[in-house]
Amino acid sequence: MFQILHDLDIDWLGNRVWFIGISVLLMLAGLGAAIFRQATGGQAFNLGVDFKGGTVVTVRFRQKPNDDAIRAALVNKGIHDAVVQPVTDKPDTVLIKVPLEGEGQDGRTRVREALSTFGTEAAPGKELESDSSAAYKIIGTDAVGAIAGAQLRNKAIAVTLAALVGILIYIAVRFEWTYGAAAVIAVFHDVLVTLGFFSIFNIEVSLNVIAALLTLVGFSVNDTIVVFDRIRENRKLHRRDSLYKVTNDSINQTLSRTIITSGLVFLSVLALVLFGGEVLRGFSLALLIGIVFGTYSSVAIASPIMVWWEQRLEAANREAALSFNQPRVVKPVRAQRAGSKV
Amino acid sequence: MKKKNLLTRAIIIAVVTIVGLYLVIGPRHRPHLKDFTWSGMKQTLASNIHLGLDLQGGSHLVMRVKTEEFLRRLTEENAVAAQNAAKDAGFELKGGRAETNNSNYRVILELADASKATEVKDAVHKKVELGDTSVWSFSQSGDQLFWTMTPAAVRTLADNATTQALNIIDSRINALGIAEPTLQRHGAETSHQILLQMPGVQDPERVKDILKGESRLELVHVISPPNPSPAATYPTEADAIASLNSGGTVPPNRRVLPYAERIEKSADPNQPKPKQWVVVEMPAIIDGSELRNASAIPTQGGRSDDYEINFSLKKSGADKFGAWTGSHISEYMGVVLNGEVKSVAFIKSQIFDSGQISGRFTKQSAEDLALTLRSGALPAPIEYLEERTVGPSLGQDSIRAGVRASLVGLAMVVVFMLFYYRGSGINAVVALILNMILMLAGLIVFGATLTLPGIAGIILTIGMAVDSNVLIFERIREELRSGKTVQSAVDLGFDRAFVTIIDTHVTTIVSSLFLFVFGTGPIRGFAVTLVIGLLINLFSAVYVSRTIFMWELSRKRVESLSI
Repeated sequence: MFQILHDLDIDWLGNRVWFIGISVLLMLAGLGAAIFRQATGGQAFNLGVDFKGGTVVTVRFRQKPNDDAIRAALVNKGIHDAVVQPVTDKPDTVLIKVPLEGEGQDGRTRVREALSTFGTEAAPGKELESDSSAAYKIIGTDAVGAIAGAQLRNKAIAVTLAALVGILIYIAVRFEWTYGAAAVIAVFHDVLVTLGFFSIFNIEVSLNVIAALLTLVGFSVNDTIVVFDRIRENRKLHRRDSLYKVTNDSINQTLSRTIITSGLVFLSVLALVLFGGEVLRGFSLALLIGIVFGTYSSVAIASPIMVWWEQRLEAANREAALSFNQPRVVKPVRAQRAGSKV
Repeated sequence: MKKKNLLTRAIIIAVVTIVGLYLVIGPRHRPHLKDFTWSGMKQTLASNIHLGLDLQGGSHLVMRVKTEEFLRRLTEENAVAAQNAAKDAGFELKGGRAETNNSNYRVILELADASKATEVKDAVHKKVELGDTSVWSFSQSGDQLFWTMTPAAVRTLADNATTQALNIIDSRINALGIAEPTLQRHGAETSHQILLQMPGVQDPERVKDILKGESRLELVHVISPPNPSPAATYPTEADAIASLNSGGTVPPNRRVLPYAERIEKSADPNQPKPKQWVVVEMPAIIDGSELRNASAIPTQGGRSDDYEINFSLKKSGADKFGAWTGSHISEYMGVVLNGEVKSVAFIKSQIFDSGQISGRFTKQSAEDLALTLRSGALPAPIEYLEERTVGPSLGQDSIRAGVRASLVGLAMVVVFMLFYYRGSGINAVVALILNMILMLAGLIVFGATLTLPGIAGIILTIGMAVDSNVLIFERIREELRSGKTVQSAVDLGFDRAFVTIIDTHVTTIVSSLFLFVFGTGPIRGFAVTLVIGLLINLFSAVYVSRTIFMWELSRKRVESLSI
């Protein structure tokens, strides 16, 4: 049979300082970018209308004027801060983003007024192709008010946290609560790193990106559980081995599965980035970054944290046992961590 | 025994597959031959599965009922009524007002004589609903009487106003004839939001205007010397108030309203409308709740594009109106719409149950106004919080892109599985394709809506389905490497991997349930797709895949496995 990897003996935990260091650096970079953007008068994240409020109008033109002409037409009608953004895979389509300006403003109507500079819009119910006199057609709008924006933002955060709590509880029940905590910390790390990338590269955070983050939470936990499951199984089979060794072995044993699964999902998502179109782009980009770090974190974050925590507890228990059983002669505790490099 | 077991499994799988296939591409009518061509199947699939607005095209509106406005009006009306009641009973007041801030609503009366507090209170309670202790709590401090709306009443009344607004919006949508609308409360109970989804509606401007129309209709007595002298109008609000001779304030039984003079359509639209002001009596003679019907008709003797609105009153309203007009012949009355006087006319003779609103409406605006009047007045104004429209072409682009990406992804997975796991890869591919079919069937059975985030859920499911297979196969390989026989390696591989698969699936299902409970529309769509996909995956990746292995192993003594 054809094998990518087998019978590995890599000391993953031995490199934990490197792993955690890299993650901390990445998170700091994201945080730095967010602070820098905020401090230089911008926004920490490039929030889409979903969270910030405002209007996005998607317009298809028969003969697309250049972006400056569109901007000029908008300014002419008093829309000053609009962003005109071309759509990469559709040369005849542009997104016009109008920021929120007080209550009761109808961005769509105002944009339409400005666009009348270029001709008439296709009649309602008609596509641009079937209305030869029309110059453009508004094919989509998203208008979100300030209240709804804040509400969607809070809801997105609350839902993500709720999902994490659910995961924590289930893993705590099925494994130990230290496993659950380690998995949740790892997932939290993935979300932060991914958001950091969004801040660094100034990619827009929309409602779809939140859906991607939730997908990533599912994927990353899935990956972590596969490793933890193997640790649980190996702990029963090899009671003499230290947790350190068992964890390293378990990561090694599941590594080929980890690489195959993550690789395949990565390829599927790459297909989504390449062929998924503009609407899904933010979503698929978030997922692509997330898969890399979701896989990385089960090995590099979740496992070391879990081992460190369990060892602390074990040490604490032993001390407690020693102090309670003072009068008795304490048998030398069998080196529970034989082979441990800690 | 083994053989029989295998047969049962095969039958279960066959039945599930056939039912699933039928649900997905089976026509819901008597099948024709063309239903089984490629395009026919595509068409059936499209009609069987319920697409979200982001894929199908349509409008999505979130609006908020300004319940604070409703409560404010209610408090103000009560303040006016309380003052009138106290005065009618012969008590003197220093003042009275409504105070509404920070979700505190109270009516305050200042007495000229603090010792009369109980008598005033009783007089007010006899005539005004301020006596309802479930809504208003009474208190007194010196010469001031307070009626404060209880927090429970604030909640209940606001909630009722939202429900009422929802019903009115519902009847307006029905009157407009919008196909398959979704109308429901949105978000938290206390947010007073309403969600309206209209598939296929690309340009919601008109619908928005109609829904927003408050249509508060009042028929009022205009304070003016009677006919034949013309109705008393004032050029400014200040002049109108000055005419009351009440020291610059408007007494509780009067109101000063703008009166937009009719203008010719040819007039320059940039010129401000000549506005006048009139003084009217409070309370109104009757309001819109007494309306029985309203319709738009061309104005008699007007230009062809001039429309007005004919309305008729219910029995109770007609009685009240008839009695009032009978005793006020030659006096002036006005039609007030949303706090603006639309027309003023003198009463020629007693009027019972019908009237006109003239105001030089166009056909469209008259018909829209008549529609909103028929559906009743909104208890409070509404504001739009969120508006999303997706044209059908944009939705189709998203579907095409999503499907194309999914297929490319699926193809890569299939190629890899066949290459890497050889014969056993076929198992995985069969399981994967069955998973996709059953997942669509599941969406159809549960009437779930497929949205863009739903497609994301499908992609995550494909990922997890592949993962299940990889977990099992890698485990079997491991067992084979450690020298087990094929039979026991397969058994052990499935048994051991099953524990992991259950854990990963349940964790994801648990977090999806949280998403479903706490999430809104699109996030819910994601959660539903994912849960359905994962449950089906337990069947397809474990049960079906294992059955295929069992079948292979039962045919002959297998020395080696293609894995």
